[in-house]
Amino acid sequence: MSDLRYLESFRDPELGRSLLASLGTLARRLPRTPVRIMEFCGGHTHAFHRFGLLELLPPEIRMVHGPGCPVCVLPKGRIDAAIDLSLEKGAVLATYGDVLRVPGSHAMTLMKARARGGEIKTVISAMEALALAETHPDRDVVFFAIGFETTTPPTAAVILEAKRRGLRNFSVFANHVLTPSAMEAILSGTSLDGIIGPSHVSTVIGTRPYDFVARIHKVPLVVAGFEPLDILLALRMLLSQIAEGRSEVENEYARAVAPEGNLRSLELISRVFERAPAFEWRGLGLLPQSGLAIREEFGFFDAQRRFSIEVGHVSDPGICECGDILKGVKGPRDCRIFGTICTPDTPVGACMVSAEGACAAVFHYGDREGAVS
Amino acid sequence: MSGGRGSMGPRLDLEKGRVEMVQGSGGRASCQLVEEIFLPAFDNPWLRKEGDQAQLDLSEGRWAMSTDSFVISPVFFPGGDIGSLAVHGTVNDLAMGGALPLYLTAGFVLEEGFPLADLVRIARSMGEAARSCGVSVVAGDTKVVERGKGDGIYINTAGIGRIPPGVNLDPSGIRPGDALLLSGPVGDHGASVLAARENWGLATSLCSDSAPLHGLVGAMVESGPGLVCLRDPTRGGVAATLNEWARLSGLSFEIEEAAIPIRPEVKGVSELLGIDPLYLANEGRLLAVCRPESADTLLGAMRNHPAGREAVSLGRVGRGRPNFPSGCVRMKTLMGGTRTVDWLLGDPLPRIC
Ligand code: SF4
Repeated sequence: MSDLRYLESFRDPELGRSLLASLGTLARRLPRTPVRIMEFCGGHTHAFHRFGLLELLPPEIRMVHGPGCPVCVLPKGRIDAAIDLSLEKGAVLATYGDVLRVPGSHAMTLMKARARGGEIKTVISAMEALALAETHPDRDVVFFAIGFETTTPPTAAVILEAKRRGLRNFSVFANHVLTPSAMEAILSGTSLDGIIGPSHVSTVIGTRPYDFVARIHKVPLVVAGFEPLDILLALRMLLSQIAEGRSEVENEYARAVAPEGNLRSLELISRVFERAPAFEWRGLGLLPQSGLAIREEFGFFDAQRRFSIEVGHVSDPGICECGDILKGVKGPRDCRIFGTICTPDTPVGACMVSAEGACAAVFHYGDREGAVS
Repeated sequence: MSGGRGSMGPRLDLEKGRVEMVQGSGGRASCQLVEEIFLPAFDNPWLRKEGDQAQLDLSEGRWAMSTDSFVISPVFFPGGDIGSLAVHGTVNDLAMGGALPLYLTAGFVLEEGFPLADLVRIARSMGEAARSCGVSVVAGDTKVVERGKGDGIYINTAGIGRIPPGVNLDPSGIRPGDALLLSGPVGDHGASVLAARENWGLATSLCSDSAPLHGLVGAMVESGPGLVCLRDPTRGGVAATLNEWARLSGLSFEIEEAAIPIRPEVKGVSELLGIDPLYLANEGRLLAVCRPESADTLLGAMRNHPAGREAVSLGRVGRGRPNFPSGCVRMKTLMGGTRTVDWLLGDPLPRIC
């Protein structure tokens, strides 16, 4: 537990106050205000609310939520396909807990599919899914894999392991997506003055893949950890860049992130996966080269091939604003049913499901009950 | 736990034996289970009568009654087991009404194949917990379910306790301005059970807080007037209890993050699992609302009792807020911001109490 004290040092109230004061000073030197800064990651959205940081920021800073919430960006068509795998194709489906409550078409969820007899298990790791296949040798076990680059290496490892063990009844329905592609899509649609870059994703991919953000879009980006002082320090670095007219990729989270990323993890990913021509994101639409597909060599373990899964396009219901929230165009309170019809217990859209979703964070930690804005 | 004293076959193998379907059938085998395991563990005059019911002579006045079922994995955890937990849980539910717990019943649902040695250990631990709480397990029941249809062992306990004259603890009495007290560090039970499930070597110093609270409650009641209501923050943790009170009263509960005692090990486990310690279960802690003028005396009385040595003042009750017509819990964060402490978001934790 010795690194715990280390953690505490990133929550020191005294340092927090002095960082906030320096943000105030810097904010007065900004060329134009307010500045729009996006926290890309749902983890950061959550941290802003959990540590009560938003109300402490100088009024010149406007935080905008980004799309970095794995279950939020999963389009309905893929949830439908997973439900179909379970109910129609009779596979045992293993997946992460949050995914179970994400609504697909007709408000159907994996949770409801389970109530109708589908065999759906929650796992906390890809390895656990593999173990399920070994304990159910007579059933087809499919790991419904989702997530950004953070969860991709474990999925790759599990496919290699399945091959090594010669497992015949295990496959992966891969829904892994790429952070830089989403950033590119957002920057071409929304104007931003700065980006707080992901923590966990960056431990895998490093900081170099974000270079285009600074170079081509001229937007400063600072990779930051999840602790309150990490976030405040990253904001200070961003404000300095904006005040000085710089746009660079900087790394506040150097204790965990190297510029070149984690080479072992990257190798694992490219050994098993290749870029799919296009991937549909909720909110962002069909983005070229933005998702991963399992390589031909491991085709045997690709559920999409094995079960001939067709992922259809399903549009989101008109009323849910998740799409615009994921693009950074709207906030949760702009949604007419936020907090009334749509709550964490009765989620209408994906942003209300996961703890990393913007709607869930605002509902959970916010300063009023329900939707009255 | 009823049944005649027939002539029994060979004694149960309490070291290597396992629970069998026939032991829940109500026949000779059930009887043997009672005689060789439960009677010795709980021994008291009511149980020895082996009737279909226990007959009690109760005095006049007000009595409290409560029941709770316990499903927990693993059944043995640092600081306790499902048996002692089942006693403390119901004893504490009674104590939160100011009642002095006196009698318990115990119902067991056993899964075929459950090791008898574990059952003996659990029964003994229950017996010990009951004796040290001054309560008697006066009636019981055992059922056995097929292998695969249960999870080893489930226990239900029900209990009754006498409420001393003049004691009336009731959340409907909560008023703006009241003080909020907490009897000790939060999350010890939840964190230690979760760590035990995950088999983490790192958290060796973690220990459940499972303990009876009626002694502490007695000391608090005796310290003078001003105590409004009590609750033990078990499943859902401190956050759930505060939200329940907020909803009942329509008022706002204002707490300070800096005031919440959390052991470093608990913080570590919470960080690893991404769980806020405010949602972790406690099995030996209580939250109290009292009039502001009584807060110091009450806090002193709590700290003088072994079960409340680490008691703290957590915050206060504020007026209702227009933004939250049905009450709210607001917390001043370490960083100086304010946020809502809501009910648990997302899936409930695995079964830990
Ligand atoms: S509140 Fe619900 S319906 Fe509205 S945008 Fe958020 S998730 Fe969608």
